[in-house]
Amino acid sequence: MINETSDAILKRPLRDGWFSRFEVLALAAITVIAIIGKFYLPRLIPHTEWLELPLLLTIYFGLTRRSPVTSLLFGAFVGLSEDSLSPANIPIGMYGITKTLVGYFAASVSVRFNVESPAIRLVLCFFFYFFHAFFYWVMRRALLGQIVPFDPQETFVHGALNAVIALPLFAILDKMKLSGPS
Amino acid sequence: MEALLSRYRNLTVLLVVVVAQLLYLAYQVKTNRDERLIRVWAVTAVTPMAGIVEAVRHNTIGFLEDYFILLDVREQNRRLKADNDHLRMENTYYRNQLSTAEHARALTLFQAQSPSKTVAARVIGNSTVVTAKAVFIDRGSTSGVAKGMAVVTPEGIVGKVVAVYPLVSQVLLVTDPTFKVGVESQRGHIHGVLNCGTGKCVIEEIQNEDKVEVGERFFTSGEDRIFPKGFPVGAVLSVAPGQGMKDVKLNLSGAPGGVQEVLVVLRGVHQPIPNAPAEDTITAMLPAPPREAGEDAGPPAKPQTQADKVIQKYAGIGKEQGHVYGAVGSPVPNFNLKPTAAPEASNTPTPAPPKAAPAPQTTGPEPVLPLGAPRRKLVLPAPLGTQTQTPRPPATP
Repeated sequence: MINETSDAILKRPLRDGWFSRFEVLALAAITVIAIIGKFYLPRLIPHTEWLELPLLLTIYFGLTRRSPVTSLLFGAFVGLSEDSLSPANIPIGMYGITKTLVGYFAASVSVRFNVESPAIRLVLCFFFYFFHAFFYWVMRRALLGQIVPFDPQETFVHGALNAVIALPLFAILDKMKLSGPS
Repeated sequence: MEALLSRYRNLTVLLVVVVAQLLYLAYQVKTNRDERLIRVWAVTAVTPMAGIVEAVRHNTIGFLEDYFILLDVREQNRRLKADNDHLRMENTYYRNQLSTAEHARALTLFQAQSPSKTVAARVIGNSTVVTAKAVFIDRGSTSGVAKGMAVVTPEGIVGKVVAVYPLVSQVLLVTDPTFKVGVESQRGHIHGVLNCGTGKCVIEEIQNEDKVEVGERFFTSGEDRIFPKGFPVGAVLSVAPGQGMKDVKLNLSGAPGGVQEVLVVLRGVHQPIPNAPAEDTITAMLPAPPREAGEDAGPPAKPQTQADKVIQKYAGIGKEQGHVYGAVGSPVPNFNLKPTAAPEASNTPTPAPPKAAPAPQTTGPEPVLPLGAPRRKLVLPAPLGTQTQTPRPPATP
């Protein structure tokens, strides 16, 4: 059964011209800033280790691009970049796999829901943060055999904080996209 | 088949990408080989900005912090001025103690004092993995840093070097879930394994029968082949009997998470665990009051117990042969020789002992006392009232 809203969403054209409006270079620069930010931000502002800018960028890309293939490739790129700066006892590919899945699922969700709504974005960001943290923990235990703690309460709080940060961040990125050349 | 792939194109690409990464991961785990080239590229691309970012952080945040601290101090001084000047002086003293300059100075002092060869480094960046506790320091292979070296501060242990690049190194902190350290208690020399993986630091592998007390200090045991023996680790916070093993919680003496400057141990020297409490726990003692005129000094007090006699005997041997008890590098005395001057206070008359061998002339460096050992001379136990006056060493600047 298709109502008016879902009909409008389905009929809405996919943003094929996304790249034309949002410069590739700008996207690359933002990605690099997000990854480096995760590297330096806790030094500049203490107690900000929970801020997952690369993850938020992956989610945003997936939600706005709406192409699962492009989004999962972008997620893999961001994840592998993060892996290259991770501790040497964690092999490269852990974040790559996790963010690949996040990118794919974010793009898949965006096809079915109106992801322009701040409330939906908030919920999705929280959900994807939790998924990202939990899946990463499972992989470290299952694939690497590393016994690392997982605190659901802490992850819950960090997920909520990231979701709150995501709203203004996504709004800024939306503005940048709209103000770009068409 | 083609139609199927076309229909499930997205899922196929997802599977291909994930499986490719899984295979790459499996290859790294199987061969136990770190993909060094990728990491070197990434670190070399990111870390050149470290100096700039650190300078910005140090100058801006440090300035702001100083500004607010000064404001607070001014406010406090205004209020305290009415009380007395003494408190204000104390306040200034503690503020100075907390300043970064003092910390760096303490680090330099510790570096000069420690027998291990170390190089000072500054923390410049964090790891990208939230759950992993790792930092980057501004010393790399060009400074002689190698993988596996211990990283410490004068207060305690910090971590170990897990990756080395030309100008920077990555340090895995002791608070990382995968990091374990061999430790030894100060009093009972109980061995255990420090594990901070659960968020709180606990010492594992201590039997319920072993005696560990709250407040007891733990030092590195050197068994992990990372940290040299004798570095301070922390003090016991709580002890509770568990199932087979004791549940010992430890408070780390260093602060690996918030540390700014560290020392990388290039060449570690094992040191004995100090038997006495650390220097900071020794209560200040005034020298003994001078003897009044006409007071008979009297003969030296006689040892009361057999243990007193043994201590006195060994002290005499050590003094004659130039041995400093508890010091690293001090020549080993020959305990078979009897001291030239028999203990005056001995109860039993002893025949004239043979002349002891002259103290060996050491051309090496001065003996170094272990970390945490009190820097004072050996004091022989003596009955109350006749206690030998022990000059207190000058305070460390």
